[in-house]
Amino acid sequence: MKKFRHFRNKKNRLASKYVLMILTAVCVVALFTSLVFNLSGGPLNTVAGYVFIPMQKGINSAGAWISGKANDFKTLSEVLKENEKLKAQVSDLTLKLNNTKLEQYELDNYRELLQLDDKYASYDKVAANVIAMDGTNWFSTFTLDKGTKEGIQKGMNVIAGSGLVGVVTDVGPNYSKVRSIIDDSSNVSSMVLTTKDNFNVSGSLKSMNKDKELPFTQLRDEDDKVKPGDPVVTSAVSDIYQEGILIGYIASVENDPNNLTKSGTITPVVDFEHLREVLVITTVKDTGEKELSSQDSTETETETQK
Amino acid sequence: MRRKIVLFLIIAVCFLLQTTVFRVLNFAGIGPNLLIIIISAFGFMRGKKEGLWIGFFCGLLIDIFCGFYLGGYALLYMYIGYINGMFQKRFYPDDIKLPMILIGSSDIVCNLVIYFVMFLLRGRFSFWYYFTSVIIPEFVYTMVITIFLYFLLLKINQSLEEHEKRRAIKFEL
Repeated sequence: MKKFRHFRNKKNRLASKYVLMILTAVCVVALFTSLVFNLSGGPLNTVAGYVFIPMQKGINSAGAWISGKANDFKTLSEVLKENEKLKAQVSDLTLKLNNTKLEQYELDNYRELLQLDDKYASYDKVAANVIAMDGTNWFSTFTLDKGTKEGIQKGMNVIAGSGLVGVVTDVGPNYSKVRSIIDDSSNVSSMVLTTKDNFNVSGSLKSMNKDKELPFTQLRDEDDKVKPGDPVVTSAVSDIYQEGILIGYIASVENDPNNLTKSGTITPVVDFEHLREVLVITTVKDTGEKELSSQDSTETETETQK
Repeated sequence: MRRKIVLFLIIAVCFLLQTTVFRVLNFAGIGPNLLIIIISAFGFMRGKKEGLWIGFFCGLLIDIFCGFYLGGYALLYMYIGYINGMFQKRFYPDDIKLPMILIGSSDIVCNLVIYFVMFLLRGRFSFWYYFTSVIIPEFVYTMVITIFLYFLLLKINQSLEEHEKRRAIKFEL
């Protein structure tokens, strides 16, 4: 017994503090490289993707089956009550529809100006399912069941229904990681459709938890034209998001203390709590950054030569 | 080897539950942190080294699927596992107080570190809001799960240790 223990201690056991030091160094190097070079896991992503994604898909489909069955058990009386309510709603809505038709005419004019419709239709899209959410309570990222094999790349925009959901931040062969626009670290440069003013919509855990709204800042609106209810879309100057995707509607506007800009909140159109199916736009925004950076490098080269 | 396989299965199941089922079974958008229970429990049951390895791999998993930079959560969880390992000498299987205190404080410390690094440094100053609406609810939910999960982990660990003891005797003979 003693001999055996001795052998174990000598040969294959490093003291735990050395293991801790080595792994700390590994982590710091990994952090540094992913921060500086903007790299992701690479082979790690592949391995982890093939191990965990099938299981997450399984759990997800099981969950969908159970919730589907649970819906079947809705009793008849409930359905009848709902029917009554819906009938009342129908008459109410037909009235509203007439009003909306009038407004639609106005909206069509705006759309023509912006050529929004064309753009939405012309983007190629891939449908994907949300299979897992963030493991922590601090951020709002989620995992989709499609990856590089289906042509998804880093930087592609994700939409659901008619609104912007987020952007793909990392891909594996069979999954992709999406950071939603309500994530605390997210920033979207956006535009009010009515006045074409650019401003910045930032994700916020606090504001989302409290009122289901996103704060915006840096709105220049000298003529006080921006009102609650105005639609907000992604702006052309954004280097991540495609132009003209609907984000939400303005909920409140306030003057900043500097009296030059305004800030406030918008209500997103997407229901982030019940996201299941999303569409990934398979065009990455071309910002000409590559050419710029190559120009930069040539400039610095010439400078150093001088 | 057997221990490694069992540990991998435990981590995989808890990670999957944490990212899928408990995201649906949330209370006001807050889910429990199952991985911290595993890291902490195996830390004080098995010592510093196993604690830090389990912490490292759990953190890596979170980094790959949810984090922004590879290595951040791995570093944090590894230290939590290591620090829990320091309490191995004070740990007795019959006592529930120490495990509850250690798991609870691990969860709070972990979230405080995340708040300070990822939120305070980006200018989100309302500490009290985040403390009462994220850290405390997660702590409570995690403690409720701990009551069930901890005994399961304890039983698994005991049977593994028994198996290893038997094998060691066989090897000697």
